[in-house]
Amino acid sequence: MQAAHGVEGFLYPNEVELQWSILIVLYPYITGLVAGAFILASLERVFKVEAVKPTYRLALLTALAFLLVAPLPLQLHLGHPERSLEMYLTPHRSSAMAMFGFVYLWYLMVVLLLEIWLDYRKDIVQLSKTTRGPVGWIYKALTLGSSNVSEGALRADDRIGYIVTVIGIPSAFLLHGYVGFIFGSIKANPWWSTPLMPIVFLFSAMVSGIAAVMILYMVSTWMRKKPLDTRCVDTIAKYLFYAFVIDFSLEMLDLIHRIYEADESFHTLDFMVQTRLYMSQVVLQIMLGTVAPLAVLAATQLWTFTEAVRQRLYFASGVLTLIGIFAMRWNVVIGGQLFSKSFLGYTSYKMEFAHREGLLAAIALMILPFLLLWGLVKLLPPWPENEAKA
Amino acid sequence: MRITFRDAAHLIRLVVVVLIAIAAFAGLRSLMVPETFGQYGHYRGAALEENRQRAVSFAGRQACAECHDAVVEAKKPGKHANVGCEACHGPQAKHAEDPSLKPVKPDSATLCARCHEKNSAKPRGFPQVAAKEHNAGMACADCHQPHQPKI
Ligand code: HEC
Ligand code: HEC
Ligand code: HEC
Ligand code: HEC
Repeated sequence: MQAAHGVEGFLYPNEVELQWSILIVLYPYITGLVAGAFILASLERVFKVEAVKPTYRLALLTALAFLLVAPLPLQLHLGHPERSLEMYLTPHRSSAMAMFGFVYLWYLMVVLLLEIWLDYRKDIVQLSKTTRGPVGWIYKALTLGSSNVSEGALRADDRIGYIVTVIGIPSAFLLHGYVGFIFGSIKANPWWSTPLMPIVFLFSAMVSGIAAVMILYMVSTWMRKKPLDTRCVDTIAKYLFYAFVIDFSLEMLDLIHRIYEADESFHTLDFMVQTRLYMSQVVLQIMLGTVAPLAVLAATQLWTFTEAVRQRLYFASGVLTLIGIFAMRWNVVIGGQLFSKSFLGYTSYKMEFAHREGLLAAIALMILPFLLLWGLVKLLPPWPENEAKA
Repeated sequence: MRITFRDAAHLIRLVVVVLIAIAAFAGLRSLMVPETFGQYGHYRGAALEENRQRAVSFAGRQACAECHDAVVEAKKPGKHANVGCEACHGPQAKHAEDPSLKPVKPDSATLCARCHEKNSAKPRGFPQVAAKEHNAGMACADCHQPHQPKI
């Protein structure tokens, strides 16, 4: 028994086995990517940052692809996807987790789909005229039977799109802040229970989403053998750096606050970070996933490098960032379940492989958004017009 | 330039689509939510009555004590005094109604391990053994009296 679970010291019976698996790690990771990608797109629109324009549509489609996958880890974990509709039919207003369904629906329907539709309407109308077969029908359905792309109509789209984006920013904050709130409000768990949690989640979401869009933009441009808009990646990298500095400061604030306060849970958590979470927290999250990319990004802000070198540095820091934020989600979700509420013992997480909640399912769920994105990009090409003609 | 009504026609279509979707949802909801849902709380009110209709399977300790006071007395000095009869013998309401329905005797070889198998998650003071090492394949009741387990 002891060896099988890696149990050490005293645990309550319900603590020996972890209930929240790697799938629950994916859930905040994926919603974070959604919120971050959307916030990057909104920057362009609301604050009129022309430089990041080439990524505007790509960021929206990325957000949509990941948002469509976001509920799947939860449903796989709970094991009864057919019941998820009941959450909408008989909403449980006192459960934060149950109300997440509405936050999700609001964000998907009112913000993301609407904004994408308004932005793409001109293209959709054009494509509906030139495309035949089933794909053509999809475009026809998407036009809602109106092919009015007059100047006035497009202006109306643009104005409403702007309003949607303005509503969208707080909605994206809500979407991911909410995920942080769900963890932060679990008062029985000192590893989670802090009001900083929603804000830390939010900024880490922005960091991961910006990094993901930057990398997707670079990779897709390379794959299409087009020139990379360096001004664009320079600007994104700058935002990544700023968001990361805030995120890092918040996490350090949390850490210092915990160390200085040193409440009754501190020794247990400290011991856990020094032993079971050392690899994933200290090495992966803090060193490799935060300090390293921050240092690289800071270097690109301080010194001048050639374009080719800059691009490689951005790419490397983007990949490290994504690893670091994943490690952060892991440390929150898995770390929060490794110690006993008695503060007298520890358990360990043994990940299954080919299992409903195993590594294989997690890998499949991480590949799925990219397949969706590929389909979305085929359906609604996000590339700049002038480039498409060239 | 002002935005004319014609220029917003597609938006009006969108609003119509959304309204249809909301109406469809409302229709689906009225079809799918059970009638008595929310009668007393966030559950189906009729579920209470359905549960009440189910046959009672546990009789409770007092019921056993009415006829088996000898066993209750035997249990009293031991640590199992407060372990309910039906925790080991299973639900016996039928037998308590009609004693001619004799309960099967629990097989101590599997029964006792349910509570006493060694597990680091259990409080240290709770008596526990690694059954494999402790009893060498014998039934626990060969050595321990189930009703007064101290040897
Ligand atoms: C109305 C009286 C009555 C009640 C109440 C009652 N029993 Fe019995 N029980 C009997 C009788 C009579 C026998 C049969 C004795 C015999 O045949 O040797 C018996 C036998 C048993 C046996 C032994 C079967 C065997 O193989 O020897 C068990 C075990 C038992 N009862 C458990 C219980 C439990 C547990 C309860 C409480 C839920 C309970 N009884 C309630 C009257 C009762
Ligand atoms: C810790 C588990 C346990 C509890 C609690 C327990 N029993 Fe038993 N009981 C057994 C086992 C095991 C046997 C079978 C012994 C054997 O195989 O000879 C048994 C046998 C019996 C018998 C058969 C006659 C005998 O004495 O061997 C009766 C009657 C009985 N129990 C009644 C009760 C009643 C009444 C209570 C509650 C006051 C009770 N038991 C509580 C485990 C338990
Ligand atoms: C439903 C759970 C349960 C089952 C089944 C059960 N026990 Fe117990 N047992 C207890 C509890 C509770 C205690 C008291 C622990 C305490 O007070 O620390 C106990 C105590 C004991 C003790 C310690 C007695 C002492 O005086 O130190 C022994 C030995 C024991 N049980 C043997 C058995 C055997 C043999 C069986 C199978 C016939 C059995 N138990 C089945 C719950 C159970
Ligand atoms: C061969 C006889 C024998 C068998 C079979 C046997 N025991 Fe024991 N058991 C003993 C003796 C003797 C003691 C007292 C040892 C002591 O006090 O150090 C004991 C003690 C215990 C204790 C108390 C341990 C403690 O720390 O207080 C438990 C619990 C127990 N046995 C459970 C079981 C269970 C469960 C089974 C069946 C899987 C079982 N025993 C089978 C002889 C036996």
